[in-house]
Amino acid sequence: MRARRRSRAFYAQLAFTVLVAAFLVVPVVMSITAGLTVNFFQGVKSGLTVRWIGEVWRLYRDTITLSLMIALACLAVDLVVGVPAAYVLAKARSRWTRLVEEALVLPIAVPGLATALALILAYGTWREFRTSWLFILVGHVLFTLPFMVRAVLAVLSSIDLRTLEEGAASLGASFWQRFTGVVLPNCRGGILAGALMVVTLSVGEFNMTWMLHTPLTKTLPVGLADSYASMRLEIGSAYTVVFFFMIIPLLIGIQLAARPRRTAGVGEESA
Amino acid sequence: MSDGGVAIRLERCGKTFDDGTRAVAPLDLEIAAGETIVLLGPSGCGKTTTLRMIAGLEAPDPGGRVRFGAVDVTEIPIERRNVGMVFQSYALFPNMSVADNVAYGLRVRRVEAGARAARLEEMLAMMKIGELRHRHVDQLSGGQKQRVALARALAVRPRVLLLDEPLTALDAKLRDVLRIEIDALLRRLGMTAVYVTHDQAEAMALGDRIVVMSHGAVEQVGRPREIYFTPANRFVAEFVGTMNRLRGVARDGYLEVAGGRVPWRHDVGGEVEVLFRPERATVVETGGLTGRVLTAFFLGDRTRLVVEGISDTPLIVETSARTEFKPGQEVHVAIDSDALLRLAR
Repeated sequence: MRARRRSRAFYAQLAFTVLVAAFLVVPVVMSITAGLTVNFFQGVKSGLTVRWIGEVWRLYRDTITLSLMIALACLAVDLVVGVPAAYVLAKARSRWTRLVEEALVLPIAVPGLATALALILAYGTWREFRTSWLFILVGHVLFTLPFMVRAVLAVLSSIDLRTLEEGAASLGASFWQRFTGVVLPNCRGGILAGALMVVTLSVGEFNMTWMLHTPLTKTLPVGLADSYASMRLEIGSAYTVVFFFMIIPLLIGIQLAARPRRTAGVGEESA
Repeated sequence: MSDGGVAIRLERCGKTFDDGTRAVAPLDLEIAAGETIVLLGPSGCGKTTTLRMIAGLEAPDPGGRVRFGAVDVTEIPIERRNVGMVFQSYALFPNMSVADNVAYGLRVRRVEAGARAARLEEMLAMMKIGELRHRHVDQLSGGQKQRVALARALAVRPRVLLLDEPLTALDAKLRDVLRIEIDALLRRLGMTAVYVTHDQAEAMALGDRIVVMSHGAVEQVGRPREIYFTPANRFVAEFVGTMNRLRGVARDGYLEVAGGRVPWRHDVGGEVEVLFRPERATVVETGGLTGRVLTAFFLGDRTRLVVEGISDTPLIVETSARTEFKPGQEVHVAIDSDALLRLAR
């Protein structure tokens, strides 16, 4: 096939797109190279090193592990609370459940700072709680729970949940058997998408966590702000690199989970 | 192979929903063991709610009892009633293969693996779906899905099979094929079955008895022939099969209508309205009632005529004559005088 002649408008658009992309990508590249060069002000010619990454690990190891622990704990709470909540909301469709659904979204609509402030006002004087990582966990659960509920609810609303359950019940399945054997497997996609979303949000959440944290309970983004504010630029940039490599796999995971499920073995369509 | 069935008795089973709407007025119904009973009626008549009360998916209003044989099952939830259900939307589990769907009931009942595999094979063979066993549910056609649903429902040897418009989602041809199969299956298994449909042809073909319902109440219970030939009221007459309406004045032993007169044997005079089935009227050369062809549908083996001018509303008459009928043409229609039914509304 003969290559189609491109119009001038095409090249103009291409140039514009490349320019915009470059505008966005260049800072990322700068940031990464800054984290890997010996001296940022002398540029790449000063040599590449992983020293700063090691430094970040030495200084912020606790922050990184705490952040991951909070993210996983947050995921656990969201699974235990969010999935059954979505199930109940999907089953009992009424004006009340709609209200609950809307109320659940409030922590997203309200600025994180406001939520954090409210938590501090209410529980800040409870010292053991205020200084424990559980304080941050509460904030993160408030913020991420709606994402889990929404993701699962979306899947549950797209299948004929009631009839599926009635079918299972007619075959002798108890509530627990129906829930584990029919309901959960059929909203696996939603649970997976919700789980990745929750972990990503928890790892990346800054503005609420910045209010909630104490010097001993810092998460990744708070540590990042701290390193930019108090360390040399290379360490802050190296921190970005670490952050990057933690969050990117999660984002890719979300993309994969959000893809429409390919039905098993479509290729083997037999007669 | 006979799995048998249980007799079912509904005693004053009514259903009022939480919002106060009454879906079913308290009704009594006895279903013999091994009988196929069809609940027939337009949508919203309460037929599905009645089925769901038998299944245990809805509890009847206080005072209503559901009995399976001698056992009062009113308080027993569906999962312990041992009923097989087939839904209009199939309700197959999308997370399982065909074989896993069919064996699901056996698995949750913790039937031992050997017996489970044997029963699965038996069911797959009976419904002729053996080659589909590894298929994913969304790789099946509608007809295949309903076969799988039937196999799944029957695998657990239910005491009663409940079918909720199982063929409605299928196209006409497939519907006929599956209807014949279901009929043969029910006869062979001798299973008590309750079948819900809004399709009167389906009801006539499948039912040992038909329960015609409208607005939450039973209009008539009877064998298909009784329902068709001696409908209890106007609703039944018009819902089951086609009915023509003749309005006129009865006097001196004749019913006089716009298109002429027919002998009148009822002892009622004055303005009356009667009903008759299209097949009780014939197109004749001369005599009878005179009307005009409004439209003619050639159906191959016969021609269906819509005739105006005989009564105040057009009549439907069928003829097997090879003659071609044209709109506007004059026709003579003879009506069997004892085919005229006077029915209460």
